Amino acid sequence: MMTQQKTCLDPVILNLWHPLGAVDEVASCIVVETELLDERVSFAVSEEGKVFVWRSRAGLRPGDRLDPLAVDDLLPARSAYGYVWTSLGAPSDDIFPIPEYAETDRRKLNAATFGVNVSAPRAIENFLDMGHFPYVHTDILGVEPHTEVKEYDVEISVDRDEILATRCRFYQPMASSASDSGAEVEYIYRVPHPYCSVLYKSSPLDETRMDVIAVFMQPLGEERVRAHMMLCVLDNTNADKAIKRFQQTIFGQDKPILENQFPKRLPLDPRAETPIRADKSAIAYRRWLSQKGLTYGVIPVAN
Amino acid sequence: MITLYDYELSGNCYKLRLLMSFLGIDHKIVPVDFYPGREHKSDWFLKLNPLGQLPVLQDDDLILRDAQAILVYLAAKYDTSNSWYPPNNPALLGEISQWLAFADGITGTASAARLHDALFYDFDIETARAGAHRLFRILDEHLWFGEQEGRDWICSAPHPTLADIACFPYVMLSEEGGISRQDYPAIRRWCDRVKRIKGFIVMSGVFPAGPAKTA
Repeated sequence: MMTQQKTCLDPVILNLWHPLGAVDEVASCIVVETELLDERVSFAVSEEGKVFVWRSRAGLRPGDRLDPLAVDDLLPARSAYGYVWTSLGAPSDDIFPIPEYAETDRRKLNAATFGVNVSAPRAIENFLDMGHFPYVHTDILGVEPHTEVKEYDVEISVDRDEILATRCRFYQPMASSASDSGAEVEYIYRVPHPYCSVLYKSSPLDETRMDVIAVFMQPLGEERVRAHMMLCVLDNTNADKAIKRFQQTIFGQDKPILENQFPKRLPLDPRAETPIRADKSAIAYRRWLSQKGLTYGVIPVAN
Repeated sequence: MITLYDYELSGNCYKLRLLMSFLGIDHKIVPVDFYPGREHKSDWFLKLNPLGQLPVLQDDDLILRDAQAILVYLAAKYDTSNSWYPPNNPALLGEISQWLAFADGITGTASAARLHDALFYDFDIETARAGAHRLFRILDEHLWFGEQEGRDWICSAPHPTLADIACFPYVMLSEEGGISRQDYPAIRRWCDRVKRIKGFIVMSGVFPAGPAKTA
């Protein structure tokens, strides 16, 4: 039995896949240690790209070389969307789909993995919010007086067990690193996982296709995350580092907002915080988490 | 044309962007993928700066490293008002240099705490935070006594100097390292004054001053 003081007891969260780190950023067969749900876990990627994850143990420390044949007691592990994923429970076979990731002409990269002192659900909810664009991402994702969040649609898809917000439109002075002027941009948000969200936004290069930007939150604890930012975009001119810089600039602007949220865990009681019409997707998100019976990283509705 | 080798989220790079904005100096930015790419440790960058640190500035044939050193160079060469680093005022130059060194101390503590929390650097976080609080206490007292004497800025001058620019960024970003400024009211008022200097620009994580209170 584990005898740690504090571990996650939420079965919904324990049984999910969680991201640990970008595959491209680790040397092959070298042990890397991180944290997941208040537990120390280690991972390594073999030369063939096979991923190994285990609860950290003496004898296999960060920086050590992993012999893939000699390691036992492994946790479930997958490589998906450029990251290593694992689960501390009994996960479903597959991680949620992002079909666009298979399109070969897209640029795929980890814009960054940042530590943020916030709960995963607060971070996801902020990602869904368009109302803050002109104030927090001034002259990039929004600008006054274009502050109105126009009517959009939100549904909770029962089949796919995910939230879908569509017909989101916002005027953006510089929607991406490939933009050369302001434009009314269309957004589609998916929340296919309580701690992950996938955003589709009109591509400045091809009006028939959309850029995909996903945030995968790795819960270190209830109020601390590693935020992984996955990009899968159309851009045939900018260097990787220019694309990363654009996204990091945006995320760096959100960071102090996220870290000043109070309470840090997301309250699920509809009466806890007063929403406005623009918060439709946040309301659906909180309700969806409530229906799942989620308790980790949130303040559940009192019975 | 001046070239700044720059990382958007670096407070030390921001010091130079800030001064160049105050002085209206045209410059070109070369982005360096400090994180996650560690490009500041790459061969091409180590040729520019063997210490493998940002920022680096190139002006014609001159290549300089170290934020404080570059501030001194830019002000001495391009500040026609001679106010940011006044060449003919030895006492003030001494004061400014003292606070430039103090700013390095803020980098070693408050910035280290931020690198630990946000970018997973393996630093002793408690030591870094305690060190930052010690420096903030000293700065807060210094600014508070200054306010009693009618002084708005770090140094004894009726205008801001390089000392203000050098100390500002990592004070302003301290909360990202878990260092609250709640107990430092004079620091908070001074930050607000810095944000109101003509030509002030923000970086990610630093927001502009709110509208001024009407008297």
